Amino acid sequence: MNPQLVHYLVLSAVLFSIGFAGAVTRRNAIVVLIGIELMLNAANLNFIAFWRFGAHPEALTGVMFVLFSIAIAAAEAAVGLALIIAIHRQRHTTQVDQMDSLKG
Amino acid sequence: MNALDQIFVTIQHWLAGLAPAAVQPLVSMLLIIGGLMGVFGGCFALTTIIERKTLGRMQNRFGPNRVGPFGLLQPMADGLKMLTKEDIVPFSADHILHFLAPVALTVPVWLAFSVLPFGRNMYAIDLDCGILFFFAIGSTSELAIFLAGWSSQNKYSLVGAMRAIAQMISYEVPLVLASVPVLIAASSLSLPAIVHAQSGFALGWVPRWNVFTPWGIAGFALFMIAASAESNRCPFDLPEGESELIAGYLTEYSGFKYALFFLGEYLGLFAVTGLGVTLFLGGWQAPATWLEWIPSWGWFALKFGALIFLFIWVRATLPRLRLNQLLNFAWKFLVPLAVVNLVVAVAWWQSSVWQFPGALEVRWLLGTVLLAVPYVWLGRAWNDVESAPRHYRYAE
Amino acid sequence: MSNPRPATIVMLNEIAFYLTAALVLIFAIAAMTLPRLVHCAVCAAGAFASLALIYLELDAEFVAFAQLLVYVGAIAILIVFAILLTNLQEADPQVRRASRSWVVGVAVAAILLAALGLPIITTPLLQRAAPAATAAPVRDIGEKLMTTYVLPLEMIGVLLTSALLGAVVIAMREEPEVKTKVTRPTTPALERQEELTPR
Repeated sequence: MNPQLVHYLVLSAVLFSIGFAGAVTRRNAIVVLIGIELMLNAANLNFIAFWRFGAHPEALTGVMFVLFSIAIAAAEAAVGLALIIAIHRQRHTTQVDQMDSLKG
Repeated sequence: MNALDQIFVTIQHWLAGLAPAAVQPLVSMLLIIGGLMGVFGGCFALTTIIERKTLGRMQNRFGPNRVGPFGLLQPMADGLKMLTKEDIVPFSADHILHFLAPVALTVPVWLAFSVLPFGRNMYAIDLDCGILFFFAIGSTSELAIFLAGWSSQNKYSLVGAMRAIAQMISYEVPLVLASVPVLIAASSLSLPAIVHAQSGFALGWVPRWNVFTPWGIAGFALFMIAASAESNRCPFDLPEGESELIAGYLTEYSGFKYALFFLGEYLGLFAVTGLGVTLFLGGWQAPATWLEWIPSWGWFALKFGALIFLFIWVRATLPRLRLNQLLNFAWKFLVPLAVVNLVVAVAWWQSSVWQFPGALEVRWLLGTVLLAVPYVWLGRAWNDVESAPRHYRYAE
Repeated sequence: MSNPRPATIVMLNEIAFYLTAALVLIFAIAAMTLPRLVHCAVCAAGAFASLALIYLELDAEFVAFAQLLVYVGAIAILIVFAILLTNLQEADPQVRRASRSWVVGVAVAAILLAALGLPIITTPLLQRAAPAATAAPVRDIGEKLMTTYVLPLEMIGVLLTSALLGAVVIAMREEPEVKTKVTRPTTPALERQEELTPR
């Protein structure tokens, strides 16, 4: 049977949980950022699946949302990585449990 | 001459018809893939020898002339050498990534050939957003270069890879911006549609190719410059500059993997040249109706060959740019000019409704002035050093 | 009434979906568990590329190529550059890569998966047939961007510009400012003269 909406939604849920697990568990800030990007991608997949199997595909709402989401994810990755580089310059570490004081 | 024009399409349909009906689309696609790989593989071999001979003649020496008549069998000798060389991998290198890097570079480049129209009805896929596919595939090769540089665990490789990525990212912006006016003119992103939008003749004898407009000339020049930077060709071949960085990210590769990198680089050059022909030079169309006895794929090949010769000529003529000169050139000169080009293209299209006598001359004058003023101004603004008059010395 | 697809096409569709879904999940798990950072980044890029394949299966061509161009061609490169600029020395075996309470994190993720997945599988709302193949022609996307969605488009432009400027400012190396204040005994007349002469 052709893959249905349910299949894509389950895939999106699993991808989201994997990204979440990594973002919450790993100590390196860059891996946390990769996990966040995976979560965003899972949400995008959800939107496209609902667009494809939904009631009014000609309104292109899902596609529009995902295009803007991709652009915003790019901006967020740029700023997040710049922050990680700046913190590394100060503290000489990228481990998140060592960035635990607001000073500096 | 319609039969000769469509001869490849006819052969493909006939061969696919020999297969059972269920697998006909698959066989048809495999035939196209095989044909493309054969033609462009042969083109790669031919280009290596033509480049070396042409460079040699321009530098007042013979190129390779030992193997075969006029050295034409040199690619065979090169291929044999590459295949039989020992494949040395450094001990501390990351073996999986070291192996994957040449593959990751070459496979996307082969994919890029699938959207180019090589002749009338001769394209593998007509995607609705063909040009976006092309640029998306081109941007994945940067990651492969990083893999090559990092997995060698060699400082020269890493620095070379970072420079190469910086160069390729910087020149992607003018490349895409220079092709946007073409998309506006054709109002489509699909490459066969762009070729069709350049059909017909203006003033009775001038073909409506995009290069025969003020924004087309500037766009073509920008596209060609950005294309030679994207393929790491001289004068932008800092990543492979032997005098600076040994061989940059290619340092730790030998034998067949080096041949794959070489192949990937030349194939990237072919793909982006094919795109330039499609976008600006009218694709497979003949420049005049009485020349249409040369088949459409023949015209594509002629234009393609002319552009490749132009690239080789530029390589023989210009010295290499330094990294800061290269990056400044991209961001401070090419990107503003590409944006100005976009404005000029929109002005050209909006003013195409002008019908008063002399309208065409006025539009050309407007376009040329609007392009020439920023060009001269930007060129002078970024010049820190007043250069002394040059004295050339020629060999006697 | 959609005509019944031939069995081979349906089987190929199924194989394609399961293959690409497996690729995405394997790359994602690898990206979150591998010890060396560069391998994590490369596997993340692989996950993004496999997701682009899934978008192609869902007939969203423009989104698939935009995902390749932005995620693989820009975000993965950004991540790789950030790794190079911060972690050039190799991972030291003493450094743990997961926090001490990683079991709790994985358990919470599993609960999240159950909370998301069970309703999806059991709801009757989603048992609907797929509509006939939809297309998202680029022309329609462009029209919508310029008419209905023009405000978000302009805001994205502003957002990207400010994000770019912000990232450059944050990551820029600050020059240490060496300001020496020279103090000399002065009279008001001398001070006025000093103000007037350009330095």
